[in-house]
Amino acid sequence: MPAVFHVHGISKVYRMGEVEVHALRGVELDLYAGELVVLLGASGSGKSTLLNILGGLDVPTSGEVYYLDHKLTGASEEQLTRFRREHVGFVFQFYNLIPSLTALENVSLVTEIAEHPLDPGEALQLVELRERMHHFPAQMSGGEQQRVAIARAVAKRPDVLLCDEPTGSLDYATGKIVLEVLARVNREMGTTTAIITHNAAIAGMADRVIRMSSGRVVDVRRNLQKISPAELAW
Amino acid sequence: MKTHNRMLWRDLWHLRGQLTAAALVVACGVAAFVSMRSTYESLLFAQADYYSSFRFADVFAQVKRAPENVAARVREIPGVAQVRTRVAMPVTLDVPGLPEPATGQMVSIPDRPRPMINDLFLRRGRYIEPNRDDEVVASEAFVVANKLNLGDRIGAVINGRWKRLNIVGTGLSPEYVYEVGGGTIFPDNRRFGVLWMGERALAAAFSMEGAFNDLALTLSRGASQPDVIQRVDLLLARYGGLGAYGREDQLSHRFIADEIAQNRISSSTLPAIFLGVAAFLLHIVLSRLVAMQRMEIGLLKAFGYSNRIVGWHYLKLALVTVVCGVMVGTLVGLYLGGKLTELYRDFYRFPRLDHFASAGVLALTTLVSVAAGAFGSLGALLSAVALPPAEAMRAEPPAGFRAGVLERTGLARLLPSSGRIIARSIVRRGWKSVLAVLGIACAAGMLVLGGFFYDAVRYLMWMQFEVVQRDDVTVAFNEPRSADVRHELARLPGVMRSEPYRAVPARLRFEHRSRRVDLTGLSPQSELRRLIDVKLRPISLPPEGLVLTAKLAEVLGAAPGDDVTVEVLEGARPMRDVRVTGVADELVGVAAYMDVAALNRLLREQGALSGARMVVDAKEAPRLYNRLKGMPAVSGVAIRESILKSFEEILDRSIRVSTLINVLFACVIAFGVVYNSARIALSERGNELASLRVLGFTRREVAVILLGEQGVLTLLAIPLGYALGTAICWLLVTRLSTELYRIPMVLTARTFVFAFLVVGLAAAASGFLVARRLNRLDLIAVLKTRE
Repeated sequence: MPAVFHVHGISKVYRMGEVEVHALRGVELDLYAGELVVLLGASGSGKSTLLNILGGLDVPTSGEVYYLDHKLTGASEEQLTRFRREHVGFVFQFYNLIPSLTALENVSLVTEIAEHPLDPGEALQLVELRERMHHFPAQMSGGEQQRVAIARAVAKRPDVLLCDEPTGSLDYATGKIVLEVLARVNREMGTTTAIITHNAAIAGMADRVIRMSSGRVVDVRRNLQKISPAELAW
Repeated sequence: MKTHNRMLWRDLWHLRGQLTAAALVVACGVAAFVSMRSTYESLLFAQADYYSSFRFADVFAQVKRAPENVAARVREIPGVAQVRTRVAMPVTLDVPGLPEPATGQMVSIPDRPRPMINDLFLRRGRYIEPNRDDEVVASEAFVVANKLNLGDRIGAVINGRWKRLNIVGTGLSPEYVYEVGGGTIFPDNRRFGVLWMGERALAAAFSMEGAFNDLALTLSRGASQPDVIQRVDLLLARYGGLGAYGREDQLSHRFIADEIAQNRISSSTLPAIFLGVAAFLLHIVLSRLVAMQRMEIGLLKAFGYSNRIVGWHYLKLALVTVVCGVMVGTLVGLYLGGKLTELYRDFYRFPRLDHFASAGVLALTTLVSVAAGAFGSLGALLSAVALPPAEAMRAEPPAGFRAGVLERTGLARLLPSSGRIIARSIVRRGWKSVLAVLGIACAAGMLVLGGFFYDAVRYLMWMQFEVVQRDDVTVAFNEPRSADVRHELARLPGVMRSEPYRAVPARLRFEHRSRRVDLTGLSPQSELRRLIDVKLRPISLPPEGLVLTAKLAEVLGAAPGDDVTVEVLEGARPMRDVRVTGVADELVGVAAYMDVAALNRLLREQGALSGARMVVDAKEAPRLYNRLKGMPAVSGVAIRESILKSFEEILDRSIRVSTLINVLFACVIAFGVVYNSARIALSERGNELASLRVLGFTRREVAVILLGEQGVLTLLAIPLGYALGTAICWLLVTRLSTELYRIPMVLTARTFVFAFLVVGLAAAASGFLVARRLNRLDLIAVLKTRE
């Protein structure tokens, strides 16, 4: 299977005032087309930093990152913006919807700038929110808002879907619904998906589980028995 | 330092950009108030002091020739306090270094100085020596404009005789604070001056021994001015009285009084706009601060800080801002006030015109500014006080957008997503958007108003000197001349065309209203002096009847078809009813016109003439001027080019200063409003904008969404500002329509374009400053924080 992302020896050092924080220390990693990966780790393990670098939001201090044959390290701000625009879908813990736009409009916002997008209504159908499409974010529950965020992320048919603690703000039942949506998108659209979480129970739905600790990848394990999100329990 | 004081300094530092913008707006308001108000007070004080110290008269009268003993009878009129009689005559002057002839107003003064009405203030040199008939004190403006020195001699044609006059001193008089003469309202200090000469010498020169032709009097307390004027007129009528008039119709006084009154009005309206905008800016900045500091407020309250201390904290932020603005504004205002007063010194001649700012002005501006600041911060203050600690410590609830007017009208569907974000944000901010639009509109309106003065004065000059008056040179005779003089004029060097006219002072009466005007007889074929209608079309002069200027018709309440009583105040003083046959539009003065033949018939004279308008070959002009300087019959020469040039210089100087101030003030307002609104939008919507960047929107696209709102508000505000400015211009046009002049309602495209550019550029510059902050947007941090 070809690697979509190829990460080679990346480190990330932040300066926090007088202190240097080593968020990543020589990470090596490949992500393959169509797989669903769960990145597990405690807070401060460097998983968000890694995801941000993969998504072109951040650049490593050293090392190299390739997306297919594009080298992301050393790319300009404009190139990274274009990379995000054309290839990456993001889902965040706090949904980050535009409050002044309805569900449908939040999705359209992205489809307007994408090349071969889904129909925004279709994308909402995928997350089973078609009937709520004219509601504003303030009129929806957290789970609904997160599903709109997922619809927005997948509507442009991204090559990769990067999810940072997508269930972090949701209750148990709603969290599971959101995970089911992510699994379905991965299954039906074949989108390479990376989910960051500190919730080890979620690892069950992944093709591969990558554990991180103190800025290093400490374990990469292939799930022999991938289970559906409905069967997850925590 | 106490902790909450430290918090104050940190908040000040954090909000420095926005608070500086608000402080600058306060500073502009204070500067406008201090400069204009202090100038107003300085002018008022200088005027009152001058008038009382130099005994400015209350009533004035000119007469053909009255024996000195008439003065005693004037003194007996109840209500008259003091009387001064004089000989006052216009003469033609030959000033060294001035190619054109100038006009001098000769005024008699006692041979030895003594306190008197309309007293002379001697600025330099000395008083005339008794019995010298060649010494004069010249008006300061005239001496300065012509760069003359004490001891210089100027030539004058006095009663037909050529004479050299020695300037022994320079002086001022309360009658000539605004020094114009020769029937014009446009100052030209090089070509008009007042010359004070010993009374015996002057009386001898004009054969006025034991007689006078000019009278001024002061009233005793409680006297009725109309009664006195009526009695003076009765007394002087048989001596050729031209009709007495009060101070309010004295040209110089009228100009200064108008100027002072205008200063008073603008010194209160302009600052009010600024303080209103400042209050609005403080309101939005502090409201945002309170929203962002919910946590801190909750914590402070949870720790037991009282509402009073919490509220005081935010009030202090407003007060520090306002006090900084007041300090800067006061300094700038004092400086500008000094400059403004200096500008007035060019126009108005006082013995002393010192710029000062009274403690009252400074106290009032501080008080009003602080009140505006407190008012502006009131909303934020109340919301900070009203927050219960537990609620305060929870995060601010998300922006609650709901379907609204944009959705119901279907307008939203027409817009792209970015357009919807902008439109909904504007609608959601409601009255804050309205106030921002009003603020920016004020800036545009201010520029329209500034441009209007320039446009209107330009138009007035154009209309007067291009459309109505089209001669190069106008000469006035010292007394009516026979019709033959027209041949003499035609033979003067360089004269290509000459059109004689007849003018007599007359009182026009209709019903109970009357006015003293110059009744001018023109040739119906006159090309050099035209009568025009509202649409600038020439009116042909009817063979019979009167044509009134529109203002005169309005003042008299007369219309074509009405019979107006004409009382001629010259010669045999005939009184006749004449029908009004037309109305002409003129912007300067009030006047009445007749066919010269009809006027001659009315006066029962054979084609007498008072002067002529001429077209002159420019190459021959110097020779013509030389001839005119020595012509005994000529008492005044007006040269269009010189009047225009001298007026242009004055206009340019004052317009430059006022345009600069106007642009500066408008920029500060537009900048302040746009910068603050954009900064607040950035702060409120940082997460949203960062999310868009993460989703792959470019910086430019995100900047459009952030600044689009300000752009739309600015674009809405500019036409509103046009409307606002135009409305104020209309108000001014109505208010400033006096008998001296009418300000025409003229606004050129140039003014609107200029206002658009200045406001647009100021808004764009502030937008650019805020947009630069988008580059510093931390995409990662915002995704980790809850809104």
